[in-house]
Amino acid sequence: MARKRILTALITIALTASSLYILERLLMPKYVSAIVEGSLVEEYYSEDKNHDVIFIGDCEVYESFSPITLWEHYGITSYIRGSAQQLIWQSYYLLEETLKYEKPEVVVFNVLAMKYDQPQKETYNRMTLDGMRMSLSKLKAIRASMMEDEKFVEYIFPLLRYHSRWSVLTAEDFRYMFRKDKLFHNGYYMRVDVRPVQTVPKGRKLADYRFGERAYYYLDRMVELCKENDIELVLIKAPSLYPYWYDEWEVQMEEYAAKHGLLYINFLELIDEVGIDFSKDTYDAGLHLNVTGAEKMSIYFGKILRDTYRLKDRRDDPELSRLWQQKAEFYYAMKESQYRELEEYGYLKSLGARPPESTAAD
Amino acid sequence: MLFASYGFILFIGLLFIVYYSIPKKYQWQLLLGASYLFYYFSGPENLLYISFTTLSTYAAAVKISDMHRVQSQYLASHGDGMSREEKKAYKASVKSGQRRWLLACLILNFGVLAITKYSNFAIANINWALGALGSGTRVSFLQLALPMGISFYTFKTMSYIIDVYRGKYPAERNPFKLALFTSFFPQLVQGPISRFDNLSRTLFEQHSFDSRNVSRGLQRILWGFFKKVVLADRMLVAVNTIIRNPDTYQGAFVFIGMLFYAYQLYADFTGGIDITIGTAEVLGIKVEENFKRPYFSKSTAEYWRRWHITMGTWFKDYLFYPLSVSGPMLKFSKYSRQKLGDGLGKRLPVYVSTIIVWFTTGLWHGASWNFIVWGLLNGAVIIISMECQPLYDWFHGRFNVKDSFWFRLFQVVRTILLMSAIRMFDCYRDVPLTFRMLGTMFTRFDAGELSLEALLGLGLGLPDYAVLLLGLMALVSVSLAQRSGSVRDKLAGKPFVVRYAAYYVLIVSILVFGAYGIGYDASQFIYNQF
Repeated sequence: MARKRILTALITIALTASSLYILERLLMPKYVSAIVEGSLVEEYYSEDKNHDVIFIGDCEVYESFSPITLWEHYGITSYIRGSAQQLIWQSYYLLEETLKYEKPEVVVFNVLAMKYDQPQKETYNRMTLDGMRMSLSKLKAIRASMMEDEKFVEYIFPLLRYHSRWSVLTAEDFRYMFRKDKLFHNGYYMRVDVRPVQTVPKGRKLADYRFGERAYYYLDRMVELCKENDIELVLIKAPSLYPYWYDEWEVQMEEYAAKHGLLYINFLELIDEVGIDFSKDTYDAGLHLNVTGAEKMSIYFGKILRDTYRLKDRRDDPELSRLWQQKAEFYYAMKESQYRELEEYGYLKSLGARPPESTAAD
Repeated sequence: MLFASYGFILFIGLLFIVYYSIPKKYQWQLLLGASYLFYYFSGPENLLYISFTTLSTYAAAVKISDMHRVQSQYLASHGDGMSREEKKAYKASVKSGQRRWLLACLILNFGVLAITKYSNFAIANINWALGALGSGTRVSFLQLALPMGISFYTFKTMSYIIDVYRGKYPAERNPFKLALFTSFFPQLVQGPISRFDNLSRTLFEQHSFDSRNVSRGLQRILWGFFKKVVLADRMLVAVNTIIRNPDTYQGAFVFIGMLFYAYQLYADFTGGIDITIGTAEVLGIKVEENFKRPYFSKSTAEYWRRWHITMGTWFKDYLFYPLSVSGPMLKFSKYSRQKLGDGLGKRLPVYVSTIIVWFTTGLWHGASWNFIVWGLLNGAVIIISMECQPLYDWFHGRFNVKDSFWFRLFQVVRTILLMSAIRMFDCYRDVPLTFRMLGTMFTRFDAGELSLEALLGLGLGLPDYAVLLLGLMALVSVSLAQRSGSVRDKLAGKPFVVRYAAYYVLIVSILVFGAYGIGYDASQFIYNQF
């Protein structure tokens, strides 16, 4: 009798828990169309984890480098663990988590995030943190990132956060409850469209140009973490024309890099050397690079990585070659699909990730 | 700490585990610690107020009780040798001493309540009067925060001291037990206003884990959360839109707002009481009911016997009856009967007491003229009903409709509408505006204004209205089912699958349809402020 009761209780608990989990999966945003950036962090877990270089940072990294190009030109394997407005503490904990899966030779961090010393927006927090697998790093990242009106428990049980989406569910929410189409290329978010730079907004005057203590604290920890793991840390500033990168910020980064013996490259100063043409290589008037811009950046930066850190050309590894061949096929298929969409509709209807018809049905 | 918060759920979860894990004799001490901790979360300075009320009440009650004891002992040992007059004089002297302690305690504690809750209201009125008299002088407002639940715990403790004075039961000798009675955390937020003799029976008892009690308590908590989080907090959006924009929403919208607020307040207040009673039940403690399907009432008087029952009985037992038999009122009664005869002359003192009670009830609800007018209107409706009784009797003698379903439905609807209309004084910012808005229901009513588009403009979408409609159906169904006994008892008799499905639906409804989290303002229970 007692055994039957225990069994009934266990089955009841299991049923309740699993149905709530299904409900949670249904209600969580899917980020498979329109705002796909929310899927960036999550996609890493389904990839191979054997990379020479890991990029971390905000949109300036996942739009400025193409791992496929790095592979094709230099045989360098890389992954971009980027996400929209990734704050430096999030970068740190994402790196900490990544190091549990693999140990790269080089970590590249985009320093724009130094401008933020406090959490900025719940939406961006969610796009980075919801995709992370449960781990101590994730819990620490949540604690570091929460805005005043956010609740820790709502990150642990996202159903509590997204429950109100029940009234706006679409077919997409049902279709992608447990699986997602591959959207990115080792963390690179492809855009082939072009929107040339017309004018470059000037940076407004700031009351204080010094980076915050909190930002430095996490940068110090990042340096420490890389040192402990015998990884080279490279600081970069991607060649985005805005948000404005102030000279005062530049000085601070140069000083920091010099003090810690790090390589720091400000690509804004290398636009001509890289060959970036802002009438062709950006899809949003200078904020982000498009695929041609990212490929140019990768070719330029790949050479630096290869020469400075003596990264091996791994294209002679048959298994890796096969794997990256598949990645390249997906890359070119999407590129072609996006160009086709662009031609047909004048804009990127499905970002080339899926046939446009399926989006139209959503 | 809000009931509808993760913190509260964690709090009662942890308390529950510790409560049933420690030796039973320490359970009430744990509850005292938990109650003070709960109160501490609402603001550490509030602990001073509640401690003051507890200690002053404890000291006065013990003193009064000692006098009772000494009197009994004295009369037992000396009574035989005393004449009737001597005994009477002795008792009167004891009573006088007790009365001094009682009055001191009442003045002190109602004084604290008056200062914290009503001083700025008084100052505002003084300033208005000074302005009306052409004086440029103004009194500065006091910067005093209203301690959470002060009206509730003050009423609880004052009923205790009065009962001790009346000799209903002896004073509690353990100050910590009195402290627990005063601060018992589920009741701190919005009552019920328990009596010491009722609550102490189960509050200080040792409680073994009883799965039936726990399960029933959890069901009640879930039902309370459903009402509060799914229904009341959702309805809040539309109610606020209407009452905060009186220039835009008039006529038919005031009528809709009135019904919406009736719905919201019911779900909010009864939901909070469900959580209170359920939480106590989980801990093995029985707290009395505060509602008995009030919207099924056929008259205002009946409504007030079924809505916020413990407040109504408090005013009846500790204000209405003492007032009715007080010296001045008996004198007035005599005078009134001499001047007006046995009919109206007999009723007039009752009406005066009724008006005083409802004035005080209004004032208890809030420090504003809105609440005072609200209270007086309730009193007026009750008096008018009493005056119209002969007319009703004539009507029912002539037409045999008293027991017909439709006539009873008419009475119920009439009571709901009347109570809801008077309750609009809770909502609008001042009395003239409330009268003006109520007036527009008659002067500017245009049902055509209530288009779907206009209703969606109140801040709720179609899915929200669907949830509210289903919720209303659930509330009505449960209330109907309650007429023939406890719904939880009925559910307990059903097969496991049915019970499980009921719990599951309730849990999922709260989790999914609840108006909580980012995007919703966490709203306090409406009765918190009282």
